[in-house]
Amino acid sequence: MPPTKESKRDRPPAAEGGRPRGTPQRLGDRVFSGASTGAGVLILVILAGVAAFLIAEAWPALWADSEDVTGGDGIVLYIWPVLFGTLISAAFALVIATPLAVAIALFISHYAPRRVASLLGYVIDLLAAVPSIIFGLWGVAELAPMTVGPTEWLADNLGFIPLFDGPASATGRTMLVAVIVLAVMILPIATAVIREAFLQTPRLHEEASLALGATRWEMIRMAVLPFGRSAIIGGSMLGLGRALGETMAVAIVLSANRDIVSFDLISSANSSTIAANIALSFPESSGLDVNTLIASGLVLFAVTLLVNMGARAVINRRREFSGAN
Amino acid sequence: MRNRLVRAAAPAAAAAVLLAMCAGCSGGGDGEGTVTRGTLTGELTGSGATFPDPLFQEWMSYYSESIETRVSIDYHAVGSGGGIEQFLSDTVDFGSSERYLQESELTVAGDVRGCAAVQFPVVFGAVVIALNDDALDGLILTSEVIARVYDRQITHYDDPAIAALNPGMELPHEEIVPVHRSDGSGTTYVFTRYLTTEVGFWAEEYAEGTDIDWHADTLGGEGNEGVARGVTENPGGLGYVNQSYALSAGLATARVVNEDGVPIEPTLAATTAASEEAEIPDDFQFTIDDIGGDGYPITGANWIFAYECGYDDETAALLRDFWTWALEDTQADRFAAELGYAPMGRDLKERVIREIARVNSR
Repeated sequence: MPPTKESKRDRPPAAEGGRPRGTPQRLGDRVFSGASTGAGVLILVILAGVAAFLIAEAWPALWADSEDVTGGDGIVLYIWPVLFGTLISAAFALVIATPLAVAIALFISHYAPRRVASLLGYVIDLLAAVPSIIFGLWGVAELAPMTVGPTEWLADNLGFIPLFDGPASATGRTMLVAVIVLAVMILPIATAVIREAFLQTPRLHEEASLALGATRWEMIRMAVLPFGRSAIIGGSMLGLGRALGETMAVAIVLSANRDIVSFDLISSANSSTIAANIALSFPESSGLDVNTLIASGLVLFAVTLLVNMGARAVINRRREFSGAN
Repeated sequence: MRNRLVRAAAPAAAAAVLLAMCAGCSGGGDGEGTVTRGTLTGELTGSGATFPDPLFQEWMSYYSESIETRVSIDYHAVGSGGGIEQFLSDTVDFGSSERYLQESELTVAGDVRGCAAVQFPVVFGAVVIALNDDALDGLILTSEVIARVYDRQITHYDDPAIAALNPGMELPHEEIVPVHRSDGSGTTYVFTRYLTTEVGFWAEEYAEGTDIDWHADTLGGEGNEGVARGVTENPGGLGYVNQSYALSAGLATARVVNEDGVPIEPTLAATTAASEEAEIPDDFQFTIDDIGGDGYPITGANWIFAYECGYDDETAALLRDFWTWALEDTQADRFAAELGYAPMGRDLKERVIREIARVNSR
């Protein structure tokens, strides 16, 4: 979604109120403007359709007696733990992935020799094409056993931090592994967006700061990072969107429990995420249980919408100061 | 979302296809008593439980290739809950599930086409306790012990409660890692229903369901494969899986003590024996509880749902003929045995065939 809005922002002001007066129109112009308007309207219709479906299907669960809802404690207490798991896994994935993505993008745009840069960029794009189930299988078969030792160390030595409260899981099927897998999955898209912005840093800005005696790091800090700030936020938010909705990888990696709300990333008691919970529970659900699951999907939809709107607001507010224009 | 679900089902479907193919090559195919008829035409669509899916696929492809060559039958393993949903919303010709339709669902079904729903069991399956340690193959467990293992009261294999049941066996001082299904499943339903019926504290704290609130210190795995992986990759792993899956994967299994106090090895014969032990009412709303004799105690059935009216003649004839064939033909039973399912006993089959005649009878 963000890329379409991006282009809207860059549109010349003359187009704001429709076609500039006096421009000649041929058949091609009309066909093309019709087609693009149609496509724009279509995406809104699809979005509205999805929202309407979610609301209509979630409705019975929202007004049902709390004993009838899955789990027996009402819709809020059913959705809250999975919402918590969704937010915490996506947030920590972002914490890991964003600095990495910025560093990789900087390396590609400003440090690496041209050959290496293009090769690395290619490899990272390739990472985005790996199906999520592969990441999930990698997480459960390779990564999870490898984390057992380190997490035990974390629980013993850094146990005072709530995140590493422990006791560490003996199987490694923890929220921490899910977070790492998610971080790897959102890395390519975040890197790609940020890299493109860094590459577009005006050459004159960079040369000016170097001419003023800045070192390369100072030049990056003064010219490149401010220019790319909105792209860093935009890229992270795209990644966050993917992390929030990721299903298969989380469903395979996490050994989740109902009713768990805990910041402890390394114990065997984990909350599930909304998308994983839907995928795992949907096939065996019927009646009100289905409505309850769709209600949780509605919550995810709303959260994703809020995240995107928030990111947009941040980007717009920062735009004037970023040096991007 | 639909797309994601399809993706979720894909590995299971792939495994099912592999299983079916494998059974095809070992099965030979020239069963006596089967005649190619080719008198029926039409299409049949059903959906439901994943547990009998490998068998249903085998039955359906054999039936449409060797018996009635002009028909096509589709079965979508969307899950028991999905099967009930789609049957009640009238989007499929028949549904399938590991639990029978309750009175409330039968009432809903009565409104769908303005006539009653017909439900009948077609195949039985057991849930077995798989173990990581091959040396523990044949370990004897009771429902009480299994419940306490999953409640983490019993945490080691050399616990006195297990030692008392296995006097001759060398039990390691190894921590038990109980593994359960993380997705909703009929296997979980059969397993937890057994524990709920047999063990008082389980009924109070956990109860039965396709997906329950497990003890936080147990391990979840997606699908039979996920549970089997949890069992085989963790020393001390113990988990419950479908009998057919355990047989094909060659897992070490525990013996479970039944109602008569006899430890029963989970074989197909023991599952069939359980189905004969069960008291089955004429409305086929039953669960297989309190199994004694030679019967393996953790056993469940798979039901098929259809309507008493509303099919066109072609579809109705095909629906009746296919399920009657699946129960009558020895070749169908042979497929079941090869894939690790227990065919029903003769008496029950005859009663079910009479019930099938009710399909589209009004």
